[in-house]
Amino acid sequence: MQVPASETATQKNLRAKGQAMRILVIEDDREAASWLLKGLEESGHVADLAADGEDGLAMAREAVHDVLIVDRMLPKLDGLSIIRTLRAESVVTPVLILSALSDVDERVKGLRAGGDDYLAKPYAFSELLARVEGLARRQGDSGQDTRLKACDLEMDLLSRTVTRAGKPILLQPREFKLLEFLVRNAGHIVTRTMLLENVWDYHFDPQTNVIDVHVSRLRSKIDKGFDEPLLQTVRGAGYMVRDA
Amino acid sequence: MTPNSKIFRSSTFRLVAVYLVFFAVSVGAILAYVFWNTAGLIERQTDETIRAEVQGLSDQYRILGLAGVADVINRRVEEGAGTLYMMVSPAGERIAGNLDSLPTNAQGEPAWIDFPITVGKGATRHTGRAYYATLSGGFTLLVGRDVQEQRQFRDTIQRAVLWSLLLAVILGFGGGLLVSRNFLRRIDGITGASRTIMEGDLTQRMPVSGSGDELDRLATSLNEMLSQIERLMAGMKEVSSNVAHDLKTPLTRMRARVESALRADDPKEQRAALEKTIEESDHLLQTFNALLSIARAEAGNTREGLMPADAADIVRDVAELYEPIVEEAGGSLQAEVNGTLPVRADRQLLAQALSNLIDNALKYGQSLATDEAKLVVKAHAEQGKAVISVSDTGVGIPADQRSRVLERFVRLDESRSKPGNGLGLSLVSSVIKLHGGTLTLGDAGPGLVATLELPLLPEGR
Repeated sequence: MQVPASETATQKNLRAKGQAMRILVIEDDREAASWLLKGLEESGHVADLAADGEDGLAMAREAVHDVLIVDRMLPKLDGLSIIRTLRAESVVTPVLILSALSDVDERVKGLRAGGDDYLAKPYAFSELLARVEGLARRQGDSGQDTRLKACDLEMDLLSRTVTRAGKPILLQPREFKLLEFLVRNAGHIVTRTMLLENVWDYHFDPQTNVIDVHVSRLRSKIDKGFDEPLLQTVRGAGYMVRDA
Repeated sequence: MTPNSKIFRSSTFRLVAVYLVFFAVSVGAILAYVFWNTAGLIERQTDETIRAEVQGLSDQYRILGLAGVADVINRRVEEGAGTLYMMVSPAGERIAGNLDSLPTNAQGEPAWIDFPITVGKGATRHTGRAYYATLSGGFTLLVGRDVQEQRQFRDTIQRAVLWSLLLAVILGFGGGLLVSRNFLRRIDGITGASRTIMEGDLTQRMPVSGSGDELDRLATSLNEMLSQIERLMAGMKEVSSNVAHDLKTPLTRMRARVESALRADDPKEQRAALEKTIEESDHLLQTFNALLSIARAEAGNTREGLMPADAADIVRDVAELYEPIVEEAGGSLQAEVNGTLPVRADRQLLAQALSNLIDNALKYGQSLATDEAKLVVKAHAEQGKAVISVSDTGVGIPADQRSRVLERFVRLDESRSKPGNGLGLSLVSSVIKLHGGTLTLGDAGPGLVATLELPLLPEGR
């Protein structure tokens, strides 16, 4: 986790694409909340704040937000109860759960209650932003595609083949999975933790940066011999596959 | 509450009282039987003899008439068998017999009577027992016995019986009281000890009498529990002082850096300090998370979170995750994993433990000669166990240090120059314990081999 050098690129990018989101933050810690709101707004999104569970539930029920960021421990009504209530009322807004409880068991509890992603405190803002944007995309993504595309790279999920500019690229199964996740999130930053969780399904910190080497191996396979690198490193944040 | 009232309130005493009642009733029944069979038997025999004599004489009277029966009576008296006879006319005159007169209470319907008699020259008064019957013609016939000795014998036996009953009850009661008091004293000992322990003296132990009875067994198991608690408490104390040290040191560094950056006016320097601070806080966070993972594994309450899993699969995945980085570092990672190894495992924790082992091997496993780490990860089944090993080609760990490195925050001097928090192997150790397995560190000659053994699930499950 490192502070990204600059958010402005993302911000401009989002505004240009009209991908600004309306995000509801349900968080009782004033300082954490204002820092979060400031960060989200700087990234080009619109953010609302609810300082306790009841207000949060009432605002979330209106279902006008693209993503909810819900703290687990809240005054009046706890985070998991909010999510359960919303899901019972068929409100499907994607939810990112924030919690100081980092246990795998706690994560499972959160996801079972109807949360879509789980982030343990403390977190880097870049990590949170990448996940929130990922959630909003997942909402629009049917997940039924059998072909994925980013620039001149194409993936066939059925035959498990990859081509770039028509040239076949041979990938190991894990590399294929890694590329699939990156391409599904093409145009957006994907953090190392997101990769570790989604591609390897590991929810612990391996201490050594094992992911970087995997990504650079993948890069050498898909970018070698092409002028325009497709898989970019976003300094201090993660990786991104260009979509244009 | 006085000590005595406590005895009466104790459950032991209540038990003793109940037993005492049963005891007294059964002793009483035995004594009554003895009485009935001794004194009672003699009395019954006497009565039988008298009744037969009365019957016999009545028959004689019917056959032989008054004179005949008087003859028989006189003959019997002369024989001196000790029986008392008396036959009187309706007018009350004595016809035959060895009594001076008919006892005054021998009136009316035939019945048993007791009456005083005078015996011998000393004119001692004895008790006689007789049966009288009225014969036809208004004559009264009385046959009796001197039952003085019998009565005395009966009284003696009766007294003996009563005294022994009393004695039995007193002894039973006293014994019960003694047992109760003794038992209570031991219970009080345990209560007192537990109170002292509750007040904070964990070194205190329950008194054990050495008899090996139920109370001793209770005290012994309580003591074992206390020892376990004391060990845990000591471990916790040690951990918290270690945590305090290992978290305070980087915090102090951070604080100093931020302070000097605040004093400095150079934005470049401030930015560098902030970046360094984030890096350091991330490191602190890692330490903290590792501690939490260890605590979670040690609490053991995730044991129910263990699911059937293939250990071979988990090993293959982690080896695959690490292979590129090991090669990048100029080493090699060779995985020798075949087939499936069904175990009960928490995939995340087991993978984390393995990743710690591989991470360690990568950090400390370089050969001195070539400066390359050759790692070998193996997994196979052996005697009902899944045996997973990670070996390197480094300098290894001296045999006498191997158990020490499993403790939290212990870092050997040789490793202090490398990044790390001294928690990696502790986490592995507690994770493996949670899985009901063992971790052993050995010599890979050269290098270190860490071996995990997990119980395999029986086939077909």
